[in-house]
Amino acid sequence: MKSLIFRTASIYLLPLLLLFSIFILLRGHYLPGGGFVGGLMAGVAFLIHSFAFGLKETRNIIKINPGFLMPIGLTICVLAALAPWIVSLPLMTGLWFEEPFKFVGMVGSALFFDIGVYLVVVGSTLIIMFTIADTV
Amino acid sequence: MSLSEFYYMIIIPMLGISVILVFIRFIKGPSLADRVIALDMLILISIGIIAVYSVVFNQSTFLDIAMLFSLIAFLSTAAYAYYIEQRQRK
Repeated sequence: MKSLIFRTASIYLLPLLLLFSIFILLRGHYLPGGGFVGGLMAGVAFLIHSFAFGLKETRNIIKINPGFLMPIGLTICVLAALAPWIVSLPLMTGLWFEEPFKFVGMVGSALFFDIGVYLVVVGSTLIIMFTIADTV
Repeated sequence: MSLSEFYYMIIIPMLGISVILVFIRFIKGPSLADRVIALDMLILISIGIIAVYSVVFNQSTFLDIAMLFSLIAFLSTAAYAYYIEQRQRK
């Protein structure tokens, strides 16, 4: 789309929306949010950029094929579910560090599960959107 | 009249009436562009309702949902505009 306002706004919207999606991802354990909503927001951020600048420019920014994000995310999910076996606890037990980290808050296996969901949702959203935008 | 009474007596009924009026336009709408604008307007009014409820119940997390909603509304309107433009070019 050749609109100067839209292009200028989308340059500033992309990093802001990615930051907000990561904020939602990290907040997700006790408050509304989580991997799915954060992933959707990141997908929408890339979609706005692709509307303004075209698909090729957005593919250059993402660099890797979004199809690779899904297996990586699923692997992280499975590893986070298998992790309690190492300390001989039942499968999918929530393991948490005692002290909260700086800026991130509490870190545990549930956070890694959320990160895996985030990657899967970003990958599938980008694939769906790029396929639809290609055919229009 | 206190603030919460003001919300319940004036603002929520106004938003409700405007939802009904815009929905009539959404059903009647002679052209596709009218329907797209009406849909955008419905989402904007619902963002107003979400904002009122977040003030009434003192929950700031509702505003995040309103922000996400407004983003998706903007995106869908831009996509529809792009689609209509492409269709007229053919």
